Amino acid sequence: MIPAAFDYVRPDSVAQAVSALAGAGEDAKVLGGGQSLIPVLRLRLAYPSTLIDVGRLAELRGVHDDGDAIVIGAMTTHHEVMHDALVGEHAPLIAQATETVADPQVRHRGTFGGALAHADPAGDLGAVALALDCEFVATGPSGERRIAAADFFLDYLTTALAPDELLTAVRVPKLGPGWLSHYEKFNRVAQAWSIVAVAALVHRENGSITQARIGLTNMGSTPLRAVAVEHALAGADASGEAVGAAAEHAAEGTAAPSDLSGKSDYREHLARVLTKRAVLAAAGS
Amino acid sequence: MTAVADPPAETTAEIGKSRLRKEDQHLITGRTTWTDNMSLPGMVHLAILRSPMAHATITSIDTSEAKKRPGVIAVFTGQDFAETQGNVPCAWPVTPDMVNPGAPSLAVTQVNHVGEAVAVIAARDKVSAQDALEAIDVEYEPLPAVLDMEAAIADGSPLVHPNTTSNRSYTWAFESGAAGTGAPIDDAIASPEVTVTRRFIQQRLIPAFMEPRSTVVQPIGEGVTVWSATQIPHILRTMLALTLGIPEQKVRVIAPDVGGGFGGKIPVTPEEIITTLVARRLGKPAKYTESRSESLMSAHHGRDQIQDVTITAKRDGTVTGLDVHLFADMGAYLRLVGPGVPLLGAFMFPAIYKFPAYRFVCEGIFTTKTPTDAYRGAGRPEATFGIERIMDELAVELGRDPMELRRQNWITHEEFPFTTVCGLTYDSGNYEAATAKALELIGWDELRREQAERRERKDPVQLGLGISTFTEMCGLAPSRVLGSLDYVAGGWENASVRVLATGKVEVVVGTSPHGQGHETAFSQIVADKLGVAFDDVEVIHGDTQSSVKGMDSYGSRSLVVGGIAIVQATDKVVAKARRVAAHLLEANEDDLDFEAGSFTVRGVPGGSAGSSMSMGEIAFATFTAHNLPDGMEPSLDSDATFDPENFSFPHGTHLCAIDVDTETGRSTIRKYVCVDDVGTPINPLIIEGQVHGGLAQGIAQALYEEAVFDDAGNLTTGTFVDYTVPSASDLPSFTTERTETPATSNPLGVKGVGEAGTIASTPAVVNALVDALRPFGVNDIQMPATPERVWRAVHSGAEKSDRAEGGTTAYGGASTGTSDGSDAKGEQL
Repeated sequence: MIPAAFDYVRPDSVAQAVSALAGAGEDAKVLGGGQSLIPVLRLRLAYPSTLIDVGRLAELRGVHDDGDAIVIGAMTTHHEVMHDALVGEHAPLIAQATETVADPQVRHRGTFGGALAHADPAGDLGAVALALDCEFVATGPSGERRIAAADFFLDYLTTALAPDELLTAVRVPKLGPGWLSHYEKFNRVAQAWSIVAVAALVHRENGSITQARIGLTNMGSTPLRAVAVEHALAGADASGEAVGAAAEHAAEGTAAPSDLSGKSDYREHLARVLTKRAVLAAAGS
Repeated sequence: MTAVADPPAETTAEIGKSRLRKEDQHLITGRTTWTDNMSLPGMVHLAILRSPMAHATITSIDTSEAKKRPGVIAVFTGQDFAETQGNVPCAWPVTPDMVNPGAPSLAVTQVNHVGEAVAVIAARDKVSAQDALEAIDVEYEPLPAVLDMEAAIADGSPLVHPNTTSNRSYTWAFESGAAGTGAPIDDAIASPEVTVTRRFIQQRLIPAFMEPRSTVVQPIGEGVTVWSATQIPHILRTMLALTLGIPEQKVRVIAPDVGGGFGGKIPVTPEEIITTLVARRLGKPAKYTESRSESLMSAHHGRDQIQDVTITAKRDGTVTGLDVHLFADMGAYLRLVGPGVPLLGAFMFPAIYKFPAYRFVCEGIFTTKTPTDAYRGAGRPEATFGIERIMDELAVELGRDPMELRRQNWITHEEFPFTTVCGLTYDSGNYEAATAKALELIGWDELRREQAERRERKDPVQLGLGISTFTEMCGLAPSRVLGSLDYVAGGWENASVRVLATGKVEVVVGTSPHGQGHETAFSQIVADKLGVAFDDVEVIHGDTQSSVKGMDSYGSRSLVVGGIAIVQATDKVVAKARRVAAHLLEANEDDLDFEAGSFTVRGVPGGSAGSSMSMGEIAFATFTAHNLPDGMEPSLDSDATFDPENFSFPHGTHLCAIDVDTETGRSTIRKYVCVDDVGTPINPLIIEGQVHGGLAQGIAQALYEEAVFDDAGNLTTGTFVDYTVPSASDLPSFTTERTETPATSNPLGVKGVGEAGTIASTPAVVNALVDALRPFGVNDIQMPATPERVWRAVHSGAEKSDRAEGGTTAYGGASTGTSDGSDAKGEQL
């Protein structure tokens, strides 16, 4: 349980971090809270040449209000996110999903941006970011750019971040009135990864759902949006029957894995059941 | 407390008090000495290269590059120790013709399971040793993996060991007719009114103790001092001496603070032998500490049995026979007590019921998987599961209430002592009392009504109620019984009590704790027996140089056997002190009362001068030895070696109410009530802790844990991400109560408690789960009953849910790697 040797860099600013990243080549890894990377290193499943530790970059920590969005610094810990007032007010879905991440020790060390940049499809925050249409702020040698959530997750553990780019923040658009949310997680034991989870955002008016956004955790090589469900829910009654019928589409377009926790047919079934439950819970029906 | 033999104990308060554990002061504040904390001058650090193959011939090993790596001092392979390493010892040849092909600590020519040690690197530091592993070049010629027990003993199966003719190590059998302890089983089986046969699978489990195993060896002259994270310092000493040919008196073994065991630290390990070999070869102290990954992969596993159980009965419900056949997976090698583990269950299948006829046959089988050995309960959880599951199935067959059927067949409290169909004599028990209390605590009748309502309205969340009315045999063990079972050691225990000049007391014990709270419980016993303060007693253990005799800790024996040795030693101290007191008080020994630590001349008013002496005064008088009775040695110190006349038989009734979400398959324990009878309580708080932890482990077998191998023989649950140990968040708040029926087989009236919770709880949970799903045609669920398995059982009905149909690792990885997405067989993939 001892990692292979690597070079270690601890920059004092984002600029230094980006410059270190650009100089270190393709085999460099950014060390955030270390809750995913360190176990991988200890098991010698990865051999990065250089670790760039952004743990001391205070500018990446914290949540602030930016008008039509709240901005969550990439190095804000899960624990801080869960208890942040702006998150609670404008994106309670994030707070609720974050509460289900691993255990208290991990939530005190692990970071919001680190989990998203790691892009494990079994992680809880990807589906939430997709459902919320978040924007990912990446900083590279040529400056800053924003990447839409829909364009961010490319494949298993693979994102749209260039090798010399650092995820510095995530912009979460403020939702208007009438939006409700729920995160429904299904796992084996309390600290385990999701077998399947569903992030549901619904806009409700007069007993109907006018609009819905559904994110799926661990139903493919990336977090996914359940587009067919969203279409079926638009204008639907917020009743068990109508929502159930819409949720029947939850596994469409997915490519659920088969592993020790469940085979793909079971995951598809769970996606349908959990989508119905998540939407009904969000809609308060 | 009524069974406490010595009257003074009745008047003091230590026994029965829920004292906080004195050892926790250092155990939970980081002031421990784990073996891995040891650092000796000049010590080398070891890393072990392990086989990535389940079964292969080693064609070559090139260590030359590794030897050039920075910090590396030496690299050794099995060839280097082929003449000196002997075999990892097995102390339980269960039959005269048991096949033991031998177990090298470092593989020499062939590897037989993934994780087997192939080479060892000694370096100046752990990192250098670990880094150099990748530079060792091993070439393997693959051999076919042997994973499925039944296939392994079929004609034409590849052999695990080339020096054998079969993968069957032994067949051990018991039959009540032949043994003269009951009627012939063939008569019962031949003409039954009702027969139920089931196959149950005990999945493979991993002990998963908190502290990984670690060993430090210091060579001293021709001898060694060994520190090891072990449950058995004394047995390890003897076995190391025998295995490596070191004179036993030159071997000192120390078990410092040991962080959990659950049976997982019972065997002598290859790593202990390897570390000793390297330390002696280099003439330097050496340390090996396993990583968690190594621990999960190569420290021994537990359970892994196929149980074919047949029960016969009359139509009125009276049981007439029980016929059990086991396949027990030994894994690749026979470890210290591995072959005997199923035998500890052989006598427990009849449990609390009055069977007239019984047969038990067990076949021990080699596969190319991690070796198995004891895991909390060792044989008895398997037996309890088999009998408690089949009693439920018989009740269904007869259309009877499962508790009523048990009540009809169990031993009533008036019938003790009761000799069972196995020939064991249960000394005491009261199953009626424990059951009545448990039923009331859980609100059984109300839950049954709710269950009926949920069934009626086809609620997606169904309620199930499960029962386990268990007993077990522990307090290992009467030496004569062990001898009759061909175990090579005895089951006695030793203690010595030393009274210091200041009246403080040292108690040296042969048991070896690894988290149980012995120091506290033993101090309570000694405080009462000698009338000294609890804090004035120091318990010394775990070093063969100070604690010279012992049989160590396992099988819930430390209190039931070790505690009685302490009582006998204190009785001797009191007798000596009485002699000194009589001499100094100028009274007749028979005229002295001993109470609360003082000898008082009977009939003389208390407090009057010269009428009484405290233990402290006697201790000092003995120390000075100025005025002792003629011919008396100036010492109160005493020791005792106790060999129990019988096992102890804790029992209890465990009830589980479980909610099953039939849409997702998730089951959630709503209520868990257990009423355990462990005899006279020494420390109720420690009892409760043991029961809580035991329940968690038993429930973990039912719902959460399984060591899974793929069809190449790789452990796929090799981290705690995949081997899902539950935490407090996953478990309900338990209701744990007791009844107290003192054991009559020992002077404290105590019964063991270390394993009871684990033994009892697994069938209670599975019975509850199956009970919830009977309306869906489900009559069994494979363990662990994961949400996916439950969902498949609900949606596929009885045929698919039956374990005989479903794939399991007990049948071998062959069935786990081949099924497609539509087949329930491979669901654990």
